[in-house]
Amino acid sequence: MSRIGVFVCHCGENISRTVDVERVALQAGKLPGVAFATDYKYMCSDPGQNLLKRAIAEQRLSHVVVAACSPRMHERTFRKAVESAGLNPFLCEMANIREHCSWVHEDKEEATVKAIEIVGMMVERVKKNRVLPNITVPVTTRSLVIGGGIAGIQAALDIADAGHEVVLVEREPSIGGHMAQLSETFPTLDCSQCIMTPKMVDVANHPRITLHTYSEIEQMDGYIGNFQVTVRKKARSVDEAKCTGCGICMTKCPQKKIPNAFDCNLGMRPAIYVPFPQAVPNTPVIDRENCTRFKTGKCGVCQKVCGPGAVDYEQEDRLIVEPVGAIVVATGFKLYTIEEKPKGSPIKGYGEFGHGKIPDVIDGMTFERLASASGPTGGKILRPSDGREPKQIVFIQCIGSRAREKGISYCSKVCCMYTAKHTMLYHHKVHDGQAYVFFMDARTPGKGYDEFWRRSIEEEEAVYIRGMVSRLYQKGDKIVVMGSDIAVGVQVEIEADMVVLATAVQPQVGADTLAQKLGISYDKYHFYSEAHAKLRPVECATAGIYLAGACQGPKDIPDTVSQASAAAAKVMTLFARDKLEREPIVATVKEAGCVGCFYCKKVCPYGAVEEKEIRDRQGNLVKVVAYVNPGVCGGCGTCQATCPSKSVELDGYTDEQIVAMIEAL
Amino acid sequence: MHSEKQKHAFEPRIIAFVCTWCTYAGADLAGTSRMQYPSNVRLLKFPCTGRIDPVFILKAFQQGADGVLVSGCHPGDCHYIAGNFHARRRFAAFRKLLEFIGVDLDRLQFSWVSAAEGGKWVEMVTELTERVRAMGPMREFRELALEEQWSGALDAPELKEAYNSI
Repeated sequence: MSRIGVFVCHCGENISRTVDVERVALQAGKLPGVAFATDYKYMCSDPGQNLLKRAIAEQRLSHVVVAACSPRMHERTFRKAVESAGLNPFLCEMANIREHCSWVHEDKEEATVKAIEIVGMMVERVKKNRVLPNITVPVTTRSLVIGGGIAGIQAALDIADAGHEVVLVEREPSIGGHMAQLSETFPTLDCSQCIMTPKMVDVANHPRITLHTYSEIEQMDGYIGNFQVTVRKKARSVDEAKCTGCGICMTKCPQKKIPNAFDCNLGMRPAIYVPFPQAVPNTPVIDRENCTRFKTGKCGVCQKVCGPGAVDYEQEDRLIVEPVGAIVVATGFKLYTIEEKPKGSPIKGYGEFGHGKIPDVIDGMTFERLASASGPTGGKILRPSDGREPKQIVFIQCIGSRAREKGISYCSKVCCMYTAKHTMLYHHKVHDGQAYVFFMDARTPGKGYDEFWRRSIEEEEAVYIRGMVSRLYQKGDKIVVMGSDIAVGVQVEIEADMVVLATAVQPQVGADTLAQKLGISYDKYHFYSEAHAKLRPVECATAGIYLAGACQGPKDIPDTVSQASAAAAKVMTLFARDKLEREPIVATVKEAGCVGCFYCKKVCPYGAVEEKEIRDRQGNLVKVVAYVNPGVCGGCGTCQATCPSKSVELDGYTDEQIVAMIEAL
Repeated sequence: MHSEKQKHAFEPRIIAFVCTWCTYAGADLAGTSRMQYPSNVRLLKFPCTGRIDPVFILKAFQQGADGVLVSGCHPGDCHYIAGNFHARRRFAAFRKLLEFIGVDLDRLQFSWVSAAEGGKWVEMVTELTERVRAMGPMREFRELALEEQWSGALDAPELKEAYNSI
């Protein structure tokens, strides 16, 4: 006979406001099998947990139901508490009467009845719970970092410095990401290249970092501590081992008219190229789409001029399988481009600002390249259309961001600060020029940020106009910007030479496809979701996968670096032990009933089902049955629902448990 | 916002079978966002929609559910790689079977609600509750349960008729 303890939490007032918790406890106490029921203000607090532990000892409880918040929040907390009181943690279940009851209903009577029923369901379920021993699995103390921007670089360096091997995968030919493109950084106006390139070199020289550039994730198998990640190393057409990085191939390449994406298409590059001079690795790659050799078969100059014979036109994509124990995802962001409206995208586009139609309307990243000393103009701010210096420049903020009607409701967080920086860079380079900024709100929380923004107005003479732009059109070689100054209540019209749009930060292209390969979740904008917004901000809900940087949400460099180091610390915590306890939610086969149809094997997404021979004492084969490898099983339970003879069972979600819950209703 | 709640003559019972990674989390999000929806729904958490045996749906109807909701991750987003695809196939076939035995399919809803779609969860639960409320209670299965159990005799007139018609 079970002696179940039911503990009903008030959650301060969060539950007790709409649910009569005392009545829930009283009703629960009357349920068959319940030996003890009580309520308490904060079950998860220290006294709350002690109350639970004491009750287990004093009342000799056999099972526990905690009626409180979502199990996604505190199941682990209470299972730990139960374990420390000497019960198996899997004999404890949570009844979710907060997220699924008190917070979503207003009527106290209705909510209380529902809470009582939810508790009743869980009581019936817990009766059927079985003691489950934890499963220990070995941990591969090697990690994978996806994305070689500042987030990925920081995470990789931190983990490698702690003594663990790291595999860093980058999609582009060089690591560096967006930070390598920036001219200077707020709020200190440090030269971005000067603080970035040493870190890139550190990665290249680190004895424990394996770098795969021009590579993408093809597939992921396994689970925390034991992932098998297949990396597709795209054909670079240049042998990395032989190339010395002399660059003669690039100077001799006859095809030099390809827009350089690194310079936001302002400059040109050859078909065999490194994205920028400080690239790591400094090994060129042949852009096969634009290379004459690959298009017509009629060139071959680079191969002829290459001293060490590194150019290899026959090179093919290679697939490399990397065994790792943890994964840090740091795929970063892209800027919202107005002229391209991706098919099926809910984002409605901003045709009205002329981006993509008027050449001197550019985005923030293009301005960075213009202002950068290593950029296409050598750091001179010049109009893309005619190369003249703009004397009147207009910056427009919140392009895409905070526009619910356009499909993006979030704040991109970095634009206020980088626009303030742009006005400064402009004023430093064009002394007789005037910068105007149209803004909704200036959002400058951060150390030294507000002071920086004020400096752009008070010392660098930028004129900030609160209000949005209503119309923008070309008139001769000027761009007329019409808007309203809502602080003064007048219409403003500026004849500008150049317009810079602070476009929204969006997740990197392909963020959703990667998430599907890794089995991690993402929000409607395709930013990756953290396990808990406040308490687990760098972990994915999928164990063993961590997040760093703008792939999780818009972030500036200091926040990105902090999160990357935090993710690295999480990886190190995981690697601190060579064995890992995993939840025993795995499938087991009841061999007596198994008829060996192996439907389970067909549906298992993990390949965890094996064939097992059963022999009698003489060694004669009796039958072949299914066997689930508990180390590989992911615990989805698809096999159980598929099994025609109901001979495979997912621990923790058995038919008995589910049916008990349904029957309780 | 706090308008007087309408009293209804019939409050349907809705049972929802959801996966823990997407829809359960989506329902949690609806809670943390303090959205409001009818209290008729009871959730059963599964690791994956792939785990949900169609028998549970029958069991739910038999236990007095007036509507059943099955919801998991969007196709392609399954935490367990492909569990929701298996579920989709299974339920496509199962719906046909239910239709054949005379269950109004409006009582049964399959859908995808991700962890970020608290709003969609609320809409769906509200819509299903209202729809089922309009349809009235589901009596067929409950009445079956109340009827005297089949004796096992093969010469019952109904069975004979059924055999003869084959």
